[in-house]
Amino acid sequence: MKKKLKKYLIFMLVPFITSCGYNTMVTLDEGISSQWAQVENAYQRRADLIPNLVNTVKGYADFEKETLTQVIEARSKATSINIDPGNITPEAISQFQNAQAGLSSALSRLMVVVERYPELKANQNFLELQAQLEGTENRIAVERRKFNEATRQYNTYIRKFPKNIVAGIFGFDKKTYFEAEEKAKEVPKVEF
Amino acid sequence: MKYIITPLLTILLLYPAIAQDIPERPVPPRLVNDMAGFFSPDKVVQLEKKLVWFNQQTSTQIAIVTVKDLQGYDISDFAFRLGDKWGVGQKGFNNGIVILIKPKTPGEKGKIFIATGYGLEAVVPDAIAKRIVEVEILPEFRKNNYYKGIDNAINTLFSLTKGEFSPKEYAQKTSQNEAPAFGIGGFFLLIILFSIFGRLQRARHYSVGHSVPFWTAMFLAGSARPRGGGFSSFSSGSGSFGGFGGFGGGGFGGGGAGGSW
Repeated sequence: MKKKLKKYLIFMLVPFITSCGYNTMVTLDEGISSQWAQVENAYQRRADLIPNLVNTVKGYADFEKETLTQVIEARSKATSINIDPGNITPEAISQFQNAQAGLSSALSRLMVVVERYPELKANQNFLELQAQLEGTENRIAVERRKFNEATRQYNTYIRKFPKNIVAGIFGFDKKTYFEAEEKAKEVPKVEF
Repeated sequence: MKYIITPLLTILLLYPAIAQDIPERPVPPRLVNDMAGFFSPDKVVQLEKKLVWFNQQTSTQIAIVTVKDLQGYDISDFAFRLGDKWGVGQKGFNNGIVILIKPKTPGEKGKIFIATGYGLEAVVPDAIAKRIVEVEILPEFRKNNYYKGIDNAINTLFSLTKGEFSPKEYAQKTSQNEAPAFGIGGFFLLIILFSIFGRLQRARHYSVGHSVPFWTAMFLAGSARPRGGGFSSFSSGSGSFGGFGGFGGGGFGGGGAGGSW
């Protein structure tokens, strides 16, 4: 009799446990989406800073046209790619990443070129823009880290037994991480 | 029961191991955590008192942390992670600031970073944080006046977060190109204008209500004490000094700026 009761209890508990797992998956999934929005915000913030930056640099270093044009082009390329937060695929992420990496390297080239203009470097407006630019890069790093943390939390959750069964039934797939930009980490070469 | 407690305990024990390098939240909670021995003990107490008072007044939490080693992190990254982990600022408002200092050592430069919580990014923008570091902190630090530099900075942060002056006004105040003479002159001019305007209004009020000639009323109004109005006195708080109640769970998103000396 006791055995039967135990079996019965376990049987009753099964839907309870699984439904809990399902809801948590939804919550974690939504967490990733909203964190992705934060990542895009941070990148957008950087893009918004660029027109002002380009104009300020132009005033002092007008003959660096090529570098400036590259920045502007990379910016328009980067802002043209947006990912639907509900549908973050590995391809979409790598596409987004490439476009943003292009802008990162164009920007770092610009910052190296700027070293040649002491007057510009002393300009109050430019110093402020530089601080803001550093700030946006920090924000990007933080939001990316948080996005990866949210993704890791979700991935760990859905892969554990027995939730992996529930995840399989309802189509909760493993999500992609936002890896570090390899290109952006390279030090840009400048020929003098 | 044992089967539930054991895995829970393992998780609890393992968790700090993952994020071991960022210091744990202080127990009991403190706003000034001088882990590198950067300030003298009496200055630590002084700063703590000031920051606790400000927290009670405004709920804005400013934490000062000094560490000997950044564990290989960028100082900015370290500050954001620490702010998130400790939860500096109130949940929902995210009105926390972390001032992180790595003192100068014979081989290495000293570093400082002011990290602003999500909620304070508008009142203390990065460019302003940078300016606070460059104008208020670093000149004093280079003269080894560590307390003075930090005290200046937190006074400015108090005013900015309370809205006593806007980031723009602060920028103008600290930029060298601005002629200060105009500022002071303009200020006095404004005071004079306002007092004349105030008198005129009161005079009109008198002359209409009491059938007194306008100019007589104007003199009367000048000598009369203003009712209400004027400066609202600063509220001096509850007066109770209960100490620091703890961090509120605020978050950090990468705002702020730093420098080195």
